[in-house]
Amino acid sequence: MFAEYSTSELLSIFAMQGVAGLILFSVFVLMALGLAIIFGQMGVINMAHGEFMILGAYVTYLTSQVFSTYLPELFSIYFILAMILAFIVAAALGALVEWGMIRHLYNRPLDTLLATWGLSLILQQLYRTVFGAREVGVTLPDWLMGSYQLTDSIELPVNGLFVMTLAIGISLAVAILMYRSRWGTQVRAVVQNRAMAGAVGINTAKVDRITFALGCGIAGVAGSAFTMIGSTGPTSGQLYIVDTFLVVVFGGASSLLGTIASAFTISQAQSTMEFFMSGSMSKVLTLLFVVFILMLRPQGLFTLKVRR
Amino acid sequence: MSYQRFSALFPKKEMMGFIVLAIILAVVLPLSLDIFRLNLVGKYLTYAFVAVGLVLCWGYGGILSLGQGVFFGLGGYAMAMFLKLEASDPESTKIQSTPGIPDFMDWNQLTELPFFWEPFHSFGFTIAAIILLPCIFGYIVGVAMFKRRVGGVYFAIITQALAAILTILIIGQQGYTGGVNGMTDLRTLHGYDIRTDSAKYLFYFVCVFMLFVCLFVAQFIRKSKLGRLLVAMRDKEDRVRFSGYDVANFKIFVFCIGGVFAAIGGAMFTLQVGFMSPTLVGIVPSIEMVIFCAVGGRLSIIGAVYGALIVNAAKTSFSESFPELWLFAMGGLFIAVVMAFPNGLAGLYNTYAAPKVDAFFAKLFTKKPAVATTAPPPAITPSVSKPVVTKTETPVIPQGAIHE
Repeated sequence: MFAEYSTSELLSIFAMQGVAGLILFSVFVLMALGLAIIFGQMGVINMAHGEFMILGAYVTYLTSQVFSTYLPELFSIYFILAMILAFIVAAALGALVEWGMIRHLYNRPLDTLLATWGLSLILQQLYRTVFGAREVGVTLPDWLMGSYQLTDSIELPVNGLFVMTLAIGISLAVAILMYRSRWGTQVRAVVQNRAMAGAVGINTAKVDRITFALGCGIAGVAGSAFTMIGSTGPTSGQLYIVDTFLVVVFGGASSLLGTIASAFTISQAQSTMEFFMSGSMSKVLTLLFVVFILMLRPQGLFTLKVRR
Repeated sequence: MSYQRFSALFPKKEMMGFIVLAIILAVVLPLSLDIFRLNLVGKYLTYAFVAVGLVLCWGYGGILSLGQGVFFGLGGYAMAMFLKLEASDPESTKIQSTPGIPDFMDWNQLTELPFFWEPFHSFGFTIAAIILLPCIFGYIVGVAMFKRRVGGVYFAIITQALAAILTILIIGQQGYTGGVNGMTDLRTLHGYDIRTDSAKYLFYFVCVFMLFVCLFVAQFIRKSKLGRLLVAMRDKEDRVRFSGYDVANFKIFVFCIGGVFAAIGGAMFTLQVGFMSPTLVGIVPSIEMVIFCAVGGRLSIIGAVYGALIVNAAKTSFSESFPELWLFAMGGLFIAVVMAFPNGLAGLYNTYAAPKVDAFFAKLFTKKPAVATTAPPPAITPSVSKPVVTKTETPVIPQGAIHE
C-alpha cells in the first residue's frame, strides 16, 4: 500500500497523521489515566467511566453558557474555571458512587462491572432527559482557535496543543501524587495488601474513596478537554470505553508509564492506518492487534515486579 | 437410560421445574397469545439460549463473557446468509446489474459472490456452520486466554473488545455483510415462506424444542462430574489444578458450549424475526444478555429462561409506553440484581416460594397421589399451608480471579 507514494510524500503523510494521532493520544491518556488509577490501583472495573467523562463535558458546556450570557467580558478564561468545576463535580459524584455502591463490591470484580454498567445506563438517560438527545458543542475562546503552520503539510491546531499540554501536565501530577506523596504510598500499600495496610493504621476505606473520586475527577477533566475536539452527546462516553479499557489493559494495568506508552502506540497506529484505509478497518486492525498482543502477553506491556 | 440414571439426572423437584416450563411454553402461551405476541415470545426465547449458556459459563464456571453477542451473531448471520442467497436467485434479482447476488452486494458494486458466501448455498453446510463456527471461534479464544491463565475481568474486557471488533467489521464491510442495516428481506427456507403465520407457529415450536434440547444438555453437564469440577474451579481454581486436572480444558469446553447455545439462539432469531443486523451483536446487546442470566439467577438454567422472557417482555412494554423510563429501569435492574439479590429470581423462589410449594405438594401427595401430574406454575403459590423448614441455598457468588 506504500508503493504509490514517494519517500518524501510518505514522510509528510506520517508526520501529518502523527500530529493527528497525538491529539487522539492526549484524549486517550486523559481518559485512561483515571481508569488506570481506578482499575489498575484498586482493581475496580468502572464501566461508567465514559459517563463521568461526559459529565465533565456537560459541566464545561454549562459553564460556557453561563459565561457567554452573564459574563461575556470574562469569556476568555472560562475554560480554566470549567475544568476545575468539571473535576469537582465528577469527583463528588465519584465519591458518592463509591460510598453507595462500589465499597460493597470490592471482592466481586465481575459484579462491579455489571453494577457500574447499570449506573452508566442511568447516567446516559439522565443526560438525555436533562440536555436532550442532540449533541452539544462549546464555543472556544479566541486564544484557543487557529493553528501554527510548521511546514507546508503539517500544521498544529492550538486546541490540540492545549489538550496535549494538559495531558502531559496531568500525567506528571498523577505520577508525582502516586510515587512521591504520602497518599500515593498509602494507595499502593492498600492495593498490595489491604489487611496489612489496615493493620499499620491506614484508613483503607478513606483511601479507597479518595482514590476513586480522584479517578472520576480526572475523567471529568478529560471530558472538559474533549469538548474542544468534538461535540458531546449522551452516549459519547460509551464510544470510548472499550478503547480506554484496552489502553489500560494493554499497557499493564498497574503501571502508569505503561498506560501512556500503550495510549501512544494505539493512537499512532490507528491514526497512521486511517490514511491508507477506511476508518473502520483501521480501528478493527488496531483492536485486533491489541487483542492479539494481549493473548501473547496477558499481563500487558509494562508490569510491576511484585512479590505476591 | 435406566430409571436410576434418569432420576439422578432429573431429581423430582428439578423435573417439576422442567415440566412447568414446558407447559407454559408449549401449551399456555400458544393458546393464550395471538401470533404477533407469540412471535415476540419466540424472539425472547432466542435470548434464553444465550442466557442458559451463560449460566454454565458464568454461574458454574465463573467465566464472565461479555462477548456472547459474537456467537449469537455468528449463528444468526450464518442462517441469514443461507436465507439471503435463497431469496436472491437470478429470477427475482434480474433488475440488478449482476443478477443472482444479494441486493446489498449489488448496491456496493460487487460483481460476483465472495468466496466465503459460496458454501452457504447448502443447507447442510449452514447447519454445520451454525454449530461449528462458534466452536472453532470459542476454541481459539479459549485456548489463547485460558491456557495463559487469563480470567476474570481481563477475559470480560477482551471478549467485550471482540464484540466491538465484530460490530465495526460488519458495519465497515457493507458490501460483504449488508452493513448497518444487516441482512433484511429474507423470504423462504427451501421454498417454504417464513413470513406466514403458519411458519411463525412452526418456528416457535422448533425454537421451544431446541431450547429444551439445550436445557437437557445443560442439565446433563450440571449433574455430571464436569459440572462439579466447574463449581470447584470457580471457587478454588488452584486446588483443582493441584489435584491434577487441566483447568483450562474444562473452561474452553464450557465456553464453547455456551457459544454454541448462543449461535443456535441466533439462528432461531433470524428464522423467526426475518432479519439479522449488527445492532444485535455489539457491546450493548452482549452485556444485556448477561443481565437476562443474572435476573433469572446465575445458578439456575430454568431461571435463565424466565429471566430472558421477563426482562425482554418488560423491555417491550416499557419502551412502548414510557421509552425514556426504560434505561432507568434497566440500569436499576443491573444494580439491584448485583447488590440486592445476587441469585436472581431463582434465588428468591428458592428462599421464599419453594418451601410453601413443597409443603403444598407434600399435602397433596399424602391425600391423593394421582392428581400431581398437572402442576400449577410456581407463580400462583398458595399462601395457606404453613412453611416447612427446608434447606435454603446460601448465596454463592462466583469470584473472578485475576491470574498473573
